[in-house]
Amino acid sequence: MNLIQIKNCYKVYNNGVTAIADLNLTIKKGEFVFVIGASGSGKSSLIKMLYREERPTNGSVIVGGINVAKLRNSKVYKLRRKLGIVFQDFKLLPKLTVYENVAFALEAIGMNSKEIRPKVLKALESVGLKEKVRSFPNQLSGGEQQRVCIARAIVNEPKLLICDEPTGNLDPEISKEIVKILDKINKEFETTIIMATHDREIVNKMKKRVILLEDGVLTGDYLKGSYKAHESN
Amino acid sequence: MKAIRIVIRGIRDAFKSVFRNFSLTTAAITCSTITLILVAVAMILSYNVQSITKDLEKELTIIVYFKEDRTEEQIAELKTKLSNMENVETYDFKDKETWKNELKAYDETFNTSLDYFTENPLLDSIVVKVKDVTHLKETTNEIRKYEYVESASFGEEAVLENVIGAFNIIEKITVVMVFALVVVTAFLIGNTIKLTIFSRRNEIEIMRLVGASNISVKLPFVFEGLVLGILGSIIPILITVYGYVILYDHFNGYIFLSMIRLVKPFNFIIYVSLIVLGLGSIIGMIGSYLAVRRYLKI
Ligand SMILES: Nc1ncnc2c1ncn2[C@@H]1O[C@H](COP(=O)(O)OP(=O)(O)OP(=O)(O)O)[C@@H](O)[C@H]1O
Ligand SMILES: [Mg+2]
Repeated sequence: MNLIQIKNCYKVYNNGVTAIADLNLTIKKGEFVFVIGASGSGKSSLIKMLYREERPTNGSVIVGGINVAKLRNSKVYKLRRKLGIVFQDFKLLPKLTVYENVAFALEAIGMNSKEIRPKVLKALESVGLKEKVRSFPNQLSGGEQQRVCIARAIVNEPKLLICDEPTGNLDPEISKEIVKILDKINKEFETTIIMATHDREIVNKMKKRVILLEDGVLTGDYLKGSYKAHESN
Repeated sequence: MKAIRIVIRGIRDAFKSVFRNFSLTTAAITCSTITLILVAVAMILSYNVQSITKDLEKELTIIVYFKEDRTEEQIAELKTKLSNMENVETYDFKDKETWKNELKAYDETFNTSLDYFTENPLLDSIVVKVKDVTHLKETTNEIRKYEYVESASFGEEAVLENVIGAFNIIEKITVVMVFALVVVTAFLIGNTIKLTIFSRRNEIEIMRLVGASNISVKLPFVFEGLVLGILGSIIPILITVYGYVILYDHFNGYIFLSMIRLVKPFNFIIYVSLIVLGLGSIIGMIGSYLAVRRYLKI
Protein backbone atom coordinates (compact mmCIF):
# COMPACT_ATOMS: atom_id res chain seq x y z
CA MET A 1 0.00 0.00 0.00
CA ASN A 2 1.52 3.28 -1.12
CA LEU A 3 0.73 6.20 1.13
CA ILE A 4 2.68 8.62 -1.00
CA GLN A 5 3.14 8.42 -4.74
CA ILE A 6 5.12 11.09 -6.54
CA LYS A 7 5.48 10.99 -10.33
CA ASN A 8 7.55 13.23 -12.61
CA CYS A 9 7.21 16.00 -10.08
CA TYR A 10 8.71 19.45 -10.64
CA LYS A 11 8.66 22.43 -8.37
CA VAL A 12 9.71 25.69 -9.98
CA TYR A 13 9.27 28.84 -7.89
CA ASN A 14 8.12 32.12 -9.37
CA ASN A 15 11.67 33.43 -9.30
CA GLY A 16 12.71 30.65 -11.67
CA VAL A 17 14.47 28.44 -9.11
CA THR A 18 13.87 24.76 -9.75
CA ALA A 19 13.67 23.27 -6.26
CA ILE A 20 12.55 19.77 -7.32
CA ALA A 21 13.20 18.23 -10.73
CA ASP A 22 11.58 15.12 -12.17
CA LEU A 23 11.07 13.40 -8.85
CA ASN A 24 9.66 9.87 -8.74
CA LEU A 25 9.10 8.39 -5.34
CA THR A 26 6.79 6.03 -3.50
CA ILE A 27 6.50 5.63 0.24
CA LYS A 28 4.56 2.80 1.78
CA LYS A 29 2.32 2.88 4.82
CA GLY A 30 4.24 2.53 8.05
CA GLU A 31 7.64 3.48 6.64
CA PHE A 32 10.14 5.75 8.36
CA VAL A 33 12.02 7.81 5.80
CA PHE A 34 14.81 10.34 6.18
CA VAL A 35 15.15 13.03 3.53
CA ILE A 36 18.68 14.37 3.45
CA GLY A 37 20.70 16.71 1.27
CA ALA A 38 22.70 19.90 1.41
CA SER A 39 21.08 23.21 2.24
CA GLY A 40 18.99 24.33 -0.72
CA SER A 41 18.72 20.83 -2.13
CA GLY A 42 14.91 20.93 -1.99
CA LYS A 43 14.04 19.02 1.18
CA SER A 44 11.61 21.62 2.48
CA SER A 45 10.13 22.09 -0.97
CA LEU A 46 9.35 18.37 -1.15
CA ILE A 47 7.84 18.41 2.32
CA LYS A 48 5.76 21.52 1.60
CA MET A 49 4.21 19.79 -1.39
CA LEU A 50 3.21 16.86 0.80
CA TYR A 51 0.99 19.06 2.94
CA ARG A 52 0.04 21.32 0.06
CA GLU A 53 1.75 24.44 1.29
CA GLU A 54 3.20 24.49 -2.21
CA ARG A 55 1.67 23.05 -5.37
CA PRO A 56 3.81 20.96 -7.69
CA THR A 57 4.51 22.89 -10.90
CA ASN A 58 4.30 19.70 -12.90
CA GLY A 59 3.60 16.02 -12.32
CA SER A 60 1.57 14.46 -9.58
CA VAL A 61 1.91 14.16 -5.83
CA ILE A 62 -0.63 11.82 -4.29
CA VAL A 63 -0.85 11.67 -0.51
CA GLY A 64 -3.27 9.23 1.07
CA GLY A 65 -5.29 9.10 -2.14
CA ILE A 66 -5.50 12.87 -2.53
CA ASN A 67 -3.87 14.42 -5.57
CA VAL A 68 -2.21 17.46 -4.07
CA ALA A 69 -1.66 19.09 -7.46
CA LYS A 70 -5.40 19.26 -8.10
CA LEU A 71 -6.54 19.98 -4.57
CA ARG A 72 -8.52 23.20 -4.35
CA ASN A 73 -7.57 25.75 -1.71
CA SER A 74 -10.89 25.34 0.03
CA LYS A 75 -10.33 21.58 0.36
CA VAL A 76 -6.76 21.65 1.69
CA TYR A 77 -8.05 21.10 5.21
CA LYS A 78 -9.18 17.61 4.25
CA LEU A 79 -5.59 16.67 3.46
CA ARG A 80 -4.22 18.37 6.56
CA ARG A 81 -6.51 16.39 8.85
CA LYS A 82 -4.85 13.21 7.67
CA LEU A 83 -1.39 14.33 8.61
CA GLY A 84 0.67 15.79 11.38
CA ILE A 85 3.41 18.34 10.82
CA VAL A 86 6.40 19.21 12.98
CA PHE A 87 8.77 22.09 12.29
CA GLN A 88 12.17 23.25 13.37
CA ASP A 89 10.63 26.33 15.00
CA PHE A 90 8.04 24.89 17.27
CA LYS A 91 5.07 27.14 16.47
CA LEU A 92 3.54 26.78 19.92
CA LEU A 93 1.11 29.42 21.17
CA PRO A 94 2.85 31.15 24.10
CA LYS A 95 -0.32 32.08 25.96
CA LEU A 96 -1.67 28.55 26.04
CA THR A 97 -0.55 25.76 28.35
CA VAL A 98 0.89 22.51 27.06
CA TYR A 99 -2.49 20.89 27.34
CA GLU A 100 -4.24 23.76 25.59
CA ASN A 101 -1.67 23.84 22.81
CA VAL A 102 -2.32 20.20 22.01
CA ALA A 103 -6.08 20.52 22.47
CA PHE A 104 -6.04 23.52 20.13
CA ALA A 105 -5.47 21.23 17.16
CA LEU A 106 -8.63 19.29 17.94
CA GLU A 107 -10.73 22.33 18.85
CA ALA A 108 -9.76 23.88 15.56
CA ILE A 109 -11.38 21.00 13.69
CA GLY A 110 -14.51 21.25 15.78
CA MET A 111 -14.13 18.29 18.11
CA ASN A 112 -15.99 18.52 21.42
CA SER A 113 -14.10 18.84 24.68
CA LYS A 114 -15.21 15.46 26.02
CA GLU A 115 -13.59 13.72 23.08
CA ILE A 116 -10.60 16.03 23.19
CA ARG A 117 -9.45 15.34 26.73
CA PRO A 118 -8.51 11.64 26.51
CA LYS A 119 -6.86 12.16 23.14
CA VAL A 120 -4.70 15.01 24.39
CA LEU A 121 -3.63 13.11 27.47
CA LYS A 122 -2.78 10.06 25.41
CA ALA A 123 -0.71 12.09 22.97
CA LEU A 124 1.15 13.83 25.78
CA GLU A 125 1.83 10.49 27.38
CA SER A 126 3.32 9.16 24.13
CA VAL A 127 5.89 11.95 24.19
CA GLY A 128 6.48 11.63 27.93
CA LEU A 129 5.08 15.00 28.95
CA LYS A 130 2.09 14.06 31.02
CA GLU A 131 3.51 15.85 34.04
CA LYS A 132 3.84 19.15 32.21
CA VAL A 133 0.24 19.66 31.09
CA ARG A 134 -0.12 22.93 32.98
CA SER A 135 3.21 24.43 32.01
CA PHE A 136 3.52 27.22 29.49
CA PRO A 137 5.88 26.87 26.52
CA ASN A 138 8.39 29.35 27.94
CA GLN A 139 8.73 27.15 31.02
CA LEU A 140 9.92 24.20 28.92
CA SER A 141 13.28 23.24 27.44
CA GLY A 142 13.69 23.14 23.66
CA GLY A 143 13.39 19.38 23.61
CA GLU A 144 10.24 19.47 25.70
CA GLN A 145 8.74 22.12 23.46
CA GLN A 146 9.41 19.98 20.43
CA ARG A 147 7.76 17.05 22.18
CA VAL A 148 4.66 19.17 22.69
CA CYS A 149 4.70 19.86 18.96
CA ILE A 150 4.94 16.15 18.24
CA ALA A 151 2.04 15.52 20.61
CA ARG A 152 0.03 18.16 18.80
CA ALA A 153 0.91 16.60 15.44
CA ILE A 154 -0.16 13.09 16.45
CA VAL A 155 -3.14 13.94 18.63
CA ASN A 156 -5.59 13.35 15.80
CA GLU A 157 -3.95 9.99 15.02
CA PRO A 158 -2.72 10.87 11.54
CA LYS A 159 -1.49 8.26 9.09
CA LEU A 160 1.44 10.43 8.14
CA LEU A 161 3.76 12.52 10.25
CA ILE A 162 5.87 15.05 8.36
CA CYS A 163 8.88 16.60 10.08
CA ASP A 164 11.02 19.34 8.60
CA GLU A 165 14.29 19.36 10.57
CA PRO A 166 12.61 18.77 13.91
CA THR A 167 15.98 18.58 15.63
CA GLY A 168 17.51 21.56 13.85
CA ASN A 169 17.43 23.71 16.98
CA LEU A 170 18.39 21.04 19.50
CA ASP A 171 21.56 19.58 21.03
CA PRO A 172 22.71 16.22 19.70
CA GLU A 173 21.62 14.44 22.89
CA ILE A 174 18.15 15.94 22.86
CA SER A 175 17.91 15.33 19.12
CA LYS A 176 18.45 11.64 19.69
CA GLU A 177 15.65 11.63 22.24
CA ILE A 178 13.28 13.29 19.80
CA VAL A 179 14.08 10.81 17.07
CA LYS A 180 13.60 7.96 19.54
CA ILE A 181 10.11 9.28 20.26
CA LEU A 182 9.39 9.45 16.54
CA ASP A 183 10.64 5.90 16.14
CA LYS A 184 8.36 4.79 18.96
CA ILE A 185 5.37 6.48 17.36
CA ASN A 186 6.25 4.84 14.06
CA LYS A 187 6.32 1.41 15.68
CA GLU A 188 3.46 1.81 18.13
CA PHE A 189 0.86 3.48 15.93
CA GLU A 190 2.27 2.45 12.54
CA THR A 191 2.38 6.10 11.63
CA THR A 192 4.33 6.76 8.46
CA ILE A 193 7.10 9.25 9.19
CA ILE A 194 9.01 11.46 6.80
CA MET A 195 11.77 13.50 8.34
CA ALA A 196 14.01 16.02 6.59
CA THR A 197 17.27 16.44 8.41
CA HIS A 198 20.88 17.57 8.25
CA ASP A 199 21.91 15.33 11.10
CA ARG A 200 24.10 12.60 9.59
CA GLU A 201 24.80 11.01 12.91
CA ILE A 202 21.12 10.37 13.58
CA VAL A 203 20.58 9.08 10.07
CA ASN A 204 23.48 6.69 10.38
CA LYS A 205 22.40 5.46 13.74
CA MET A 206 18.72 4.89 13.02
CA LYS A 207 19.22 2.69 9.95
CA LYS A 208 16.06 3.72 8.14
CA ARG A 209 15.29 4.30 4.52
CA VAL A 210 17.15 7.39 3.29
CA ILE A 211 16.34 9.62 0.36
CA LEU A 212 19.13 11.87 -0.86
CA LEU A 213 18.42 15.05 -2.78
CA GLU A 214 21.04 17.04 -4.67
CA ASP A 215 19.95 20.28 -6.29
CA GLY A 216 16.39 19.08 -6.41
CA VAL A 217 17.27 15.76 -8.01
CA LEU A 218 16.85 12.45 -6.26
CA THR A 219 20.30 10.93 -6.37
CA GLY A 220 19.92 8.15 -3.90
CA ASP A 221 17.21 6.02 -2.34
CA TYR A 222 18.77 3.73 0.23
CA LEU A 223 16.77 1.00 1.80
CA LYS A 224 16.82 0.35 5.52
CA GLY A 225 20.33 0.55 6.87
CA SER A 226 22.15 0.66 3.56
CA TYR A 227 22.94 4.34 3.69
CA LYS A 228 25.81 4.15 6.15
CA ALA A 229 27.45 1.42 4.12
CA HIS A 230 27.29 3.65 1.10
CA GLU A 231 28.74 6.54 3.08
CA SER A 232 31.73 4.56 4.21
CA ASN A 233 32.55 3.47 0.67
CA MET B 1 -23.35 19.92 16.92
CA LYS B 2 -20.04 20.56 15.24
CA ALA B 3 -21.43 23.60 13.50
CA ILE B 4 -22.74 24.95 16.80
CA ARG B 5 -19.32 24.49 18.39
CA ILE B 6 -17.65 26.35 15.57
CA VAL B 7 -20.16 29.19 15.93
CA ILE B 8 -19.77 29.38 19.71
CA ARG B 9 -16.00 29.39 19.38
CA GLY B 10 -16.27 32.11 16.78
CA ILE B 11 -18.42 34.33 18.97
CA ARG B 12 -16.18 33.78 21.99
CA ASP B 13 -13.06 34.71 20.04
CA ALA B 14 -14.83 37.71 18.57
CA PHE B 15 -15.69 39.13 21.99
CA LYS B 16 -12.18 38.45 23.27
CA SER B 17 -10.56 40.42 20.52
CA VAL B 18 -13.09 43.24 20.69
CA PHE B 19 -11.84 43.89 24.21
CA ARG B 20 -8.22 43.21 23.35
CA ASN B 21 -7.94 45.98 20.74
CA PHE B 22 -9.82 48.47 22.82
CA SER B 23 -8.86 51.80 21.24
CA LEU B 24 -9.39 50.81 17.63
CA THR B 25 -12.56 49.00 18.61
CA THR B 26 -13.85 52.14 20.30
CA ALA B 27 -13.17 54.19 17.19
CA ALA B 28 -15.01 51.73 15.00
CA ILE B 29 -17.98 51.52 17.36
CA THR B 30 -18.16 55.30 17.74
CA CYS B 31 -18.18 55.77 14.02
CA SER B 32 -20.90 53.22 13.48
CA THR B 33 -22.89 54.77 16.33
CA ILE B 34 -22.77 58.19 14.68
CA THR B 35 -23.69 56.75 11.32
CA LEU B 36 -26.61 54.82 12.69
CA ILE B 37 -27.93 57.74 14.75
CA LEU B 38 -27.97 59.75 11.57
CA VAL B 39 -29.73 56.94 9.77
CA ALA B 40 -32.33 56.64 12.53
CA VAL B 41 -32.99 60.39 12.64
CA ALA B 42 -33.21 60.57 8.87
CA MET B 43 -35.64 57.68 8.78
CA ILE B 44 -37.85 59.17 11.49
CA LEU B 45 -37.84 62.54 9.78
CA SER B 46 -38.50 61.26 6.32
CA TYR B 47 -41.24 58.95 7.43
CA ASN B 48 -42.97 61.72 9.35
CA VAL B 49 -42.66 64.19 6.51
CA GLN B 50 -44.10 61.62 4.17
CA SER B 51 -47.04 61.03 6.43
CA ILE B 52 -47.52 64.77 6.97
CA THR B 53 -47.52 65.56 3.27
CA LYS B 54 -49.98 62.77 2.77
CA ASP B 55 -52.20 64.31 5.44
CA LEU B 56 -51.90 67.70 3.82
CA GLU B 57 -52.54 66.32 0.39
CA LYS B 58 -55.71 64.75 1.64
CA GLU B 59 -56.86 68.25 2.55
CA LEU B 60 -56.02 69.60 -0.85
CA THR B 61 -59.21 70.41 -2.74
CA ILE B 62 -60.18 72.56 -5.69
CA ILE B 63 -62.69 75.26 -4.95
CA VAL B 64 -64.73 76.22 -7.98
CA TYR B 65 -66.85 79.40 -7.96
CA PHE B 66 -69.59 79.89 -10.51
CA LYS B 67 -70.18 83.22 -12.19
CA GLU B 68 -73.08 85.31 -10.90
CA ASP B 69 -75.13 84.70 -14.02
CA ARG B 70 -74.77 80.92 -14.08
CA THR B 71 -77.88 78.92 -14.92
CA GLU B 72 -79.15 75.80 -13.24
CA GLU B 73 -78.34 73.88 -16.43
CA GLN B 74 -74.74 75.02 -16.25
CA ILE B 75 -74.45 73.78 -12.69
CA ALA B 76 -75.89 70.46 -13.76
CA GLU B 77 -73.53 70.39 -16.74
CA LEU B 78 -70.44 70.92 -14.59
CA LYS B 79 -71.60 68.21 -12.24
CA THR B 80 -71.81 65.67 -15.06
CA LYS B 81 -68.48 66.89 -16.44
CA LEU B 82 -66.89 66.38 -13.03
CA SER B 83 -68.37 62.91 -12.73
CA ASN B 84 -66.71 62.01 -15.99
CA MET B 85 -63.29 63.38 -15.08
CA GLU B 86 -60.88 60.64 -14.25
CA ASN B 87 -59.03 62.42 -11.48
CA VAL B 88 -62.11 63.57 -9.60
CA GLU B 89 -62.96 61.56 -6.56
CA THR B 90 -65.88 63.45 -5.08
CA TYR B 91 -67.40 66.88 -5.36
CA ASP B 92 -69.66 68.82 -3.13
CA PHE B 93 -72.00 71.55 -4.34
CA LYS B 94 -72.62 74.43 -1.97
CA ASP B 95 -74.92 77.24 -3.08
CA LYS B 96 -74.44 80.84 -2.01
CA GLU B 97 -77.27 80.70 0.52
CA THR B 98 -75.61 77.85 2.39
CA TRP B 99 -72.34 79.78 2.35
CA LYS B 100 -74.08 82.85 3.72
CA ASN B 101 -75.73 80.96 6.56
CA GLU B 102 -72.52 79.19 7.43
CA LEU B 103 -70.56 82.43 7.50
CA LYS B 104 -73.18 84.18 9.57
CA ALA B 105 -73.19 81.37 12.05
CA TYR B 106 -69.40 81.31 12.18
CA ASP B 107 -68.75 84.93 13.13
CA GLU B 108 -70.70 87.90 14.47
CA THR B 109 -68.98 90.43 12.19
CA PHE B 110 -69.88 88.37 9.17
CA ASN B 111 -73.38 88.17 10.47
CA THR B 112 -73.90 91.92 10.66
CA SER B 113 -71.99 92.83 7.52
CA LEU B 114 -73.80 90.28 5.41
CA ASP B 115 -77.09 91.77 6.58
CA TYR B 116 -76.19 95.03 4.82
CA PHE B 117 -76.60 93.37 1.48
CA THR B 118 -80.03 93.01 0.11
CA GLU B 119 -78.80 90.46 -2.36
CA ASN B 120 -76.43 87.64 -1.46
CA PRO B 121 -72.98 88.85 -2.61
CA LEU B 122 -71.49 85.37 -2.47
CA LEU B 123 -71.10 82.83 -5.25
CA ASP B 124 -72.25 79.25 -5.67
CA SER B 125 -69.42 76.80 -5.42
CA ILE B 126 -68.31 73.23 -5.83
CA VAL B 127 -65.54 71.71 -3.75
CA VAL B 128 -63.71 69.02 -5.72
CA LYS B 129 -61.61 66.27 -4.19
CA VAL B 130 -59.11 64.66 -6.53
CA LYS B 131 -57.69 61.18 -6.54
CA ASP B 132 -54.13 62.09 -7.44
CA VAL B 133 -52.80 65.36 -6.09
CA THR B 134 -49.86 65.37 -8.45
CA HIS B 135 -52.34 66.12 -11.24
CA LEU B 136 -54.14 68.74 -9.22
CA LYS B 137 -52.98 71.52 -11.50
CA GLU B 138 -54.19 69.87 -14.72
CA THR B 139 -57.58 69.11 -13.25
CA THR B 140 -57.93 72.68 -12.02
CA ASN B 141 -57.03 74.08 -15.44
CA GLU B 142 -59.54 71.83 -17.08
CA ILE B 143 -62.32 73.13 -14.85
CA ARG B 144 -61.25 76.72 -15.45
CA LYS B 145 -61.99 76.39 -19.19
CA TYR B 146 -65.76 76.61 -18.77
CA GLU B 147 -67.19 80.08 -19.39
CA TYR B 148 -69.59 79.90 -16.43
CA VAL B 149 -66.72 79.26 -14.01
CA GLU B 150 -65.58 82.38 -12.25
CA SER B 151 -62.52 80.78 -10.70
CA ALA B 152 -61.03 77.44 -9.80
CA SER B 153 -58.10 77.23 -7.42
CA PHE B 154 -56.46 75.06 -4.81
CA GLY B 155 -54.96 76.35 -1.64
CA GLU B 156 -51.70 75.67 0.15
CA GLU B 157 -50.13 74.70 -3.12
CA ALA B 158 -47.05 76.86 -2.75
CA VAL B 159 -46.50 75.97 0.90
CA LEU B 160 -46.64 72.27 0.26
CA GLU B 161 -44.32 72.47 -2.72
CA ASN B 162 -41.79 74.46 -0.71
CA VAL B 163 -41.88 71.99 2.15
CA ILE B 164 -41.49 69.00 -0.13
CA GLY B 165 -38.76 70.72 -2.13
CA ALA B 166 -36.79 71.67 0.97
CA PHE B 167 -37.14 68.23 2.38
CA ASN B 168 -35.98 66.61 -0.83
CA ILE B 169 -32.74 68.55 -0.62
CA ILE B 170 -32.25 67.62 3.03
CA GLU B 171 -32.97 64.02 2.18
CA LYS B 172 -30.38 63.97 -0.60
CA ILE B 173 -27.72 65.51 1.62
CA THR B 174 -28.50 62.97 4.34
CA VAL B 175 -28.27 60.09 1.90
CA VAL B 176 -24.85 61.26 0.73
CA MET B 177 -23.64 61.75 4.31
CA VAL B 178 -24.94 58.41 5.46
CA PHE B 179 -23.31 56.74 2.49
CA ALA B 180 -19.96 58.39 3.22
CA LEU B 181 -20.21 57.46 6.89
CA VAL B 182 -21.11 53.90 6.04
CA VAL B 183 -17.96 53.66 3.94
CA VAL B 184 -15.83 55.16 6.71
CA THR B 185 -17.37 52.86 9.29
CA ALA B 186 -16.86 49.77 7.16
CA PHE B 187 -13.28 50.86 6.63
CA LEU B 188 -12.67 51.37 10.36
CA ILE B 189 -14.22 48.03 11.21
CA GLY B 190 -12.14 46.44 8.48
CA ASN B 191 -9.02 47.97 10.01
CA THR B 192 -9.91 46.63 13.42
CA ILE B 193 -10.33 43.18 11.94
CA LYS B 194 -7.03 43.53 10.12
CA LEU B 195 -5.32 44.19 13.42
CA THR B 196 -6.93 41.13 14.94
CA ILE B 197 -5.86 39.04 11.98
CA PHE B 198 -2.27 40.17 12.43
CA SER B 199 -2.29 39.68 16.17
CA ARG B 200 -3.62 36.18 15.67
CA ARG B 201 -1.58 35.14 12.67
CA ASN B 202 0.28 32.41 14.59
CA GLU B 203 -3.00 30.94 15.72
CA ILE B 204 -4.33 31.15 12.18
CA GLU B 205 -1.24 29.45 10.82
CA ILE B 206 -1.58 26.57 13.25
CA MET B 207 -5.29 26.26 12.66
CA ARG B 208 -4.64 25.91 8.98
CA LEU B 209 -1.82 23.42 9.52
CA VAL B 210 -3.94 21.15 11.65
CA GLY B 211 -6.79 21.23 9.14
CA ALA B 212 -9.32 23.75 10.36
CA SER B 213 -11.78 24.38 7.55
CA ASN B 214 -11.62 27.78 5.91
CA ILE B 215 -14.99 28.69 7.29
CA SER B 216 -13.96 28.05 10.88
CA VAL B 217 -10.82 30.11 10.39
CA LYS B 218 -12.75 33.01 8.88
CA LEU B 219 -15.84 32.89 11.03
CA PRO B 220 -14.41 34.51 14.18
CA PHE B 221 -13.43 37.56 12.16
CA VAL B 222 -16.80 37.85 10.49
CA PHE B 223 -18.37 37.55 13.94
CA GLU B 224 -16.05 40.22 15.23
CA GLY B 225 -17.30 42.58 12.54
CA LEU B 226 -20.85 41.61 13.38
CA VAL B 227 -20.27 42.23 17.09
CA LEU B 228 -18.76 45.64 16.34
CA GLY B 229 -21.73 46.52 14.15
CA ILE B 230 -24.21 45.39 16.78
CA LEU B 231 -22.39 47.23 19.57
CA GLY B 232 -22.51 50.31 17.36
CA SER B 233 -26.26 50.08 16.95
CA ILE B 234 -27.13 49.94 20.67
CA ILE B 235 -27.02 53.68 21.33
CA PRO B 236 -28.85 54.63 18.13
CA ILE B 237 -31.60 52.17 19.00
CA LEU B 238 -31.94 53.57 22.52
CA ILE B 239 -32.09 57.07 21.07
CA THR B 240 -34.73 56.00 18.59
CA VAL B 241 -36.91 54.25 21.10
CA TYR B 242 -36.70 56.67 24.03
CA GLY B 243 -36.16 59.81 22.00
CA TYR B 244 -39.14 59.32 19.78
CA VAL B 245 -41.49 58.26 22.53
CA ILE B 246 -40.51 61.31 24.57
CA LEU B 247 -40.89 63.58 21.55
CA TYR B 248 -44.26 62.12 20.72
CA ASP B 249 -45.54 62.40 24.27
CA HIS B 250 -44.20 65.92 24.60
CA PHE B 251 -46.22 67.14 21.63
CA ASN B 252 -49.12 64.83 22.35
CA GLY B 253 -48.66 63.49 18.87
CA TYR B 254 -49.27 66.87 17.23
CA ILE B 255 -47.00 69.76 16.39
CA PHE B 256 -47.75 73.22 14.94
CA LEU B 257 -51.12 73.85 16.55
CA SER B 258 -52.48 70.40 15.95
CA MET B 259 -52.05 70.77 12.24
CA ILE B 260 -49.38 68.18 11.83
CA ARG B 261 -49.75 64.72 13.20
CA LEU B 262 -46.68 62.61 14.10
CA VAL B 263 -46.48 58.95 13.22
CA LYS B 264 -47.50 56.78 16.16
CA PRO B 265 -44.42 55.39 18.02
CA PHE B 266 -45.52 51.78 17.78
CA ASN B 267 -44.68 49.81 15.68
CA PHE B 268 -42.80 52.56 13.91
CA ILE B 269 -39.83 52.70 16.32
CA ILE B 270 -39.54 48.93 16.25
CA TYR B 271 -39.15 48.99 12.48
CA VAL B 272 -36.61 51.78 12.70
CA SER B 273 -34.67 49.92 15.41
CA LEU B 274 -34.64 46.72 13.41
CA ILE B 275 -33.41 48.54 10.34
CA VAL B 276 -30.68 50.24 12.40
CA LEU B 277 -29.64 46.90 13.88
CA GLY B 278 -29.68 45.23 10.48
CA LEU B 279 -27.70 48.01 8.88
CA GLY B 280 -25.14 47.94 11.72
CA SER B 281 -24.70 44.19 11.33
CA ILE B 282 -24.37 44.47 7.58
CA ILE B 283 -21.79 47.26 7.78
CA GLY B 284 -19.82 45.22 10.32
CA MET B 285 -19.87 42.11 8.20
CA ILE B 286 -18.95 43.98 5.03
CA GLY B 287 -16.00 45.56 6.84
CA SER B 288 -14.79 42.24 8.18
CA TYR B 289 -15.43 40.47 4.89
CA LEU B 290 -13.22 42.96 3.09
CA ALA B 291 -10.49 42.60 5.70
CA VAL B 292 -10.67 38.82 5.68
CA ARG B 293 -10.51 38.75 1.90
CA ARG B 294 -7.59 41.10 1.82
CA TYR B 295 -5.48 39.89 4.72
CA LEU B 296 -6.49 36.28 5.22
CA LYS B 297 -5.64 34.67 1.92
CA ILE B 298 -6.83 31.12 2.25
N1 LIG C 1 9.19 30.37 -1.61
C1 LIG C 1 10.28 30.27 -2.38
N2 LIG C 1 10.41 31.11 -3.43
C2 LIG C 1 11.49 31.01 -4.23
N3 LIG C 1 12.48 30.15 -4.06
C3 LIG C 1 12.41 29.30 -3.03
C4 LIG C 1 11.31 29.33 -2.14
N4 LIG C 1 11.50 28.37 -1.20
C5 LIG C 1 12.67 27.78 -1.50
N5 LIG C 1 13.23 28.32 -2.60
C6 LIG C 1 14.47 27.91 -3.25
O1 LIG C 1 14.33 26.56 -3.60
C7 LIG C 1 15.52 25.85 -3.34
C8 LIG C 1 15.26 24.70 -2.41
O2 LIG C 1 14.89 25.24 -1.16
P1 LIG C 1 14.43 24.33 0.08
O3 LIG C 1 13.98 25.22 1.14
O4 LIG C 1 13.52 23.31 -0.44
O5 LIG C 1 15.82 23.66 0.47
P2 LIG C 1 16.15 22.80 1.77
O6 LIG C 1 16.75 21.53 1.27
O7 LIG C 1 15.00 22.69 2.66
O8 LIG C 1 17.29 23.67 2.45
P3 LIG C 1 17.62 23.79 4.02
O9 LIG C 1 18.35 22.53 4.36
O10 LIG C 1 18.48 24.98 4.11
O11 LIG C 1 16.34 23.94 4.74
C9 LIG C 1 16.51 26.87 -2.79
O12 LIG C 1 17.33 27.30 -3.85
C10 LIG C 1 15.64 27.99 -2.31
O13 LIG C 1 16.31 29.24 -2.46
MG1 LIG D 1 14.48 23.33 4.65
